[in-house]
Amino acid sequence: MSTVEKVDKGVRVRLGPEEAALVRALMEQLQELLGAPPDGGDELASLGITAEARRPDDPVLARLFPDAYRDDGEASGEFRRYTEMGLREGKREAADIVLGALEGATADGVEAVLDVPQAQAWLRALNDVRLALGTRLDISEEWYDEAEQLDPRDPRMAMFAAYDWLTMLQESMVRAIW
Amino acid sequence: MATAPAPVELERPDIAEDQSADRPWLAIVWNDPINLMSYVTYVFQTVFGYSKTKAEKLMLDVHHKGRAVVANGTREEMERDVEILHSYGLWATVKRDD
Repeated sequence: MSTVEKVDKGVRVRLGPEEAALVRALMEQLQELLGAPPDGGDELASLGITAEARRPDDPVLARLFPDAYRDDGEASGEFRRYTEMGLREGKREAADIVLGALEGATADGVEAVLDVPQAQAWLRALNDVRLALGTRLDISEEWYDEAEQLDPRDPRMAMFAAYDWLTMLQESMVRAIW
Repeated sequence: MATAPAPVELERPDIAEDQSADRPWLAIVWNDPINLMSYVTYVFQTVFGYSKTKAEKLMLDVHHKGRAVVANGTREEMERDVEILHSYGLWATVKRDD
């Protein structure tokens, strides 16, 4: 059972073995979705700029990297060219910080003491994973009602359960770091 | 809690100026069913150095009205703010003030 508590200059997180395994698997899936970092060969890429950029087709990626202008596709594309590579890198790094803290996991689970920047990286990475699961599940404001009506054998039940648990974990972390 | 240093006013113009003329771009955050109310408030405090009261008011505006203007400034400043908000997973856009 997870616990999160405020400590001097940071947060202590304890996760059970299954919880640690779940967070690890979800962070790895997030990184897979974000894709590999660009290699250093391209001059623009080394500056964090892409030659061209458009809204991702995948709804999760489109939610993680939304258009910056609602009614100006050209301006959104320019914004994307200059920001998306850096944003992807930041999200990969945040997931890396979570994965790094989970490396010490044993059969008893894991205990990690996070300083404030590390805890903020956890918050961002947990949020990205919740955005990914929530978008795949098409979560709405009424989703608790919808979840209650799901057949227990519905394959989405496990995803709902993971989403719900991550929501609780993120909420606990926000409260502890505040 | 992160706090931004208070702006230092070096020179007060004699004539009251419409500040919005120099700050014609807005950063807007939109409601979504996934981001936690507590997290959104925390992000506003961390990114902008807003007080908890101001951050909570903005979060509630997003929640109840569907969106809120969270910052204004030059276009470059607002694009930078929106980029940071995207790094936190908030749904944010840039708009010219009209």
